[in-house]
Amino acid sequence: MDDILEILVQDARKSPAEIAEMTGKSEKDVAKAIADYEKKGTILKYRAVLNPEHIAETDGAVRAWIEVSITPQRGAGFDSIAERIYKFSEVKNCYLLSGGFDLLLLVEGHSLQEVAGFVSQKLSTLENVTATSTHFMLKVYKENGDIFQSTEKSERLAISL
Amino acid sequence: MNKNKLHKISTLVDELPPSGIRAFFDLVLGMDDVISLGVGEPDFVTPWHIREAAVYALEKGYTSYTSNRGMKSLLEQIAIFTKKERKIGYNPENEILVTVGVSEAMDLVMRAILDSGDEVIIPEPCYVSYTPTVKLAGGIPVILPTWELPGFKVTAEAIEKLITSKTRAIVLNYPSNPTGASYTKKELESIAEVIKRNDVLLISDEIYDHLSYDIPHIAMPAMSEMKDRTVYLNGFSKGHAMTGFRIGYACGPERIISAMTKIHQYTMLCAPIVSQMAAIEALKNGMPEVKKMAREYNHRRRLLVAGLNDCGLKCHLPEGAFYAFASVESTGMTGMEFATKLLKQEKVAVVPGEAFGSGGGKFIRLAYAASLSDIEEAVRRIKSFVKK
Repeated sequence: MDDILEILVQDARKSPAEIAEMTGKSEKDVAKAIADYEKKGTILKYRAVLNPEHIAETDGAVRAWIEVSITPQRGAGFDSIAERIYKFSEVKNCYLLSGGFDLLLLVEGHSLQEVAGFVSQKLSTLENVTATSTHFMLKVYKENGDIFQSTEKSERLAISL
Repeated sequence: MNKNKLHKISTLVDELPPSGIRAFFDLVLGMDDVISLGVGEPDFVTPWHIREAAVYALEKGYTSYTSNRGMKSLLEQIAIFTKKERKIGYNPENEILVTVGVSEAMDLVMRAILDSGDEVIIPEPCYVSYTPTVKLAGGIPVILPTWELPGFKVTAEAIEKLITSKTRAIVLNYPSNPTGASYTKKELESIAEVIKRNDVLLISDEIYDHLSYDIPHIAMPAMSEMKDRTVYLNGFSKGHAMTGFRIGYACGPERIISAMTKIHQYTMLCAPIVSQMAAIEALKNGMPEVKKMAREYNHRRRLLVAGLNDCGLKCHLPEGAFYAFASVESTGMTGMEFATKLLKQEKVAVVPGEAFGSGGGKFIRLAYAASLSDIEEAVRRIKSFVKK
């Protein structure tokens, strides 16, 4: 990965001036490269990484992984039914997988009832959905490379040669 | 009881100067909430796959001694690494010795090769152990000052001037602690030329070899006709972030390695087996993590050096390791005064240049083995300190 992207993935708030210092490039070149990445869609957006447990405490948010089995459609395979599913705003992530089921969804709601309601009212009732299996998330240990509650301690001395 | 007699220390040890900056260290260690750029080890914890291999080794009952030289599979992995990555062919059966870090290896090589009165050329600034290990082995350290040389780099001319009939060896450390200086192929060639012409041994401490940012690291023994003239020291502490495992190795001519092994077997017996198991995992699967850490250090390096120069503390961009060596001359303070006041007023720890040789009064060493946010905050505080 390009240096600039690597730095932004770690900290999207780094300014072109700071990135220029870190990479030895000129500020102008960095700003232009970032603009190009944004234009090309390499950088889709910038957003904050939240600790879902803190959000759950304040909002009562609930997340669930849902395995979905579907009957593929003639001519469109899994794509068109996947699209019907991922367009629901409750669906945060949607993947087609090999193995015992077809789609894996990450669904988010404000309460258990809301997620359950989504599954029973919207998801299961879709014509091509043959089965669902819902796993409510109890605790997040690590997400996208970030560990949420690290137990590691450092005994490193404050000074050494 | 005659305590004077009973607790008397050998003259050799008694005359070793105590580290001149012990008091400063105590000051740092006695303070809370210090942002430290004074640490000579990675801020990364050892990559998990290596720690997991160590845990697994314990679970499987790897708790015994190993052969003095080290475990066969580790010696083989070291031979593979030096061949593949550093282009030197060492025989794992008699040209490699696994040690308790490069520190032990440095002590062993000095004791193995020096007779009383033999001279060893040591470039300064340098890591603190070189001079004492030479003295403890009965040798005479001959200091080669590089304080005023471009990029703190040793030159062939400077070496040649110090060579006498008593010169037994020269120590080279690159990338360097404390300056970060490293060498291009051409520079190494010219140093190698002097070494060959004068028939002295090279002791090459290349512990920071994975952390070379601008120049591809070239091992001295890989240079033409240098393998038989070099004792090559390396380890896992810096690149693989394994300082606490205390594991390293020495490679070199069979006779010297065998002499070093003799001392090692009587004093250390062997390196700890769990650390050896961890080192095997590091050599087999550690490179992706090493490269990741090196990329991160590189970003911090540029940020720190730009910040220092911005403060008026002259600092060249070091080629490797994780240190910046900056001049505090513009402030009118010595390195020690600067470091002490900076610590007391701004709670930022750096190491006074005096720690690395008697000519270090103008300098401070700053380690960028610290998080980006700590480096940024430290630079802000140094800026405000310098302005006062």
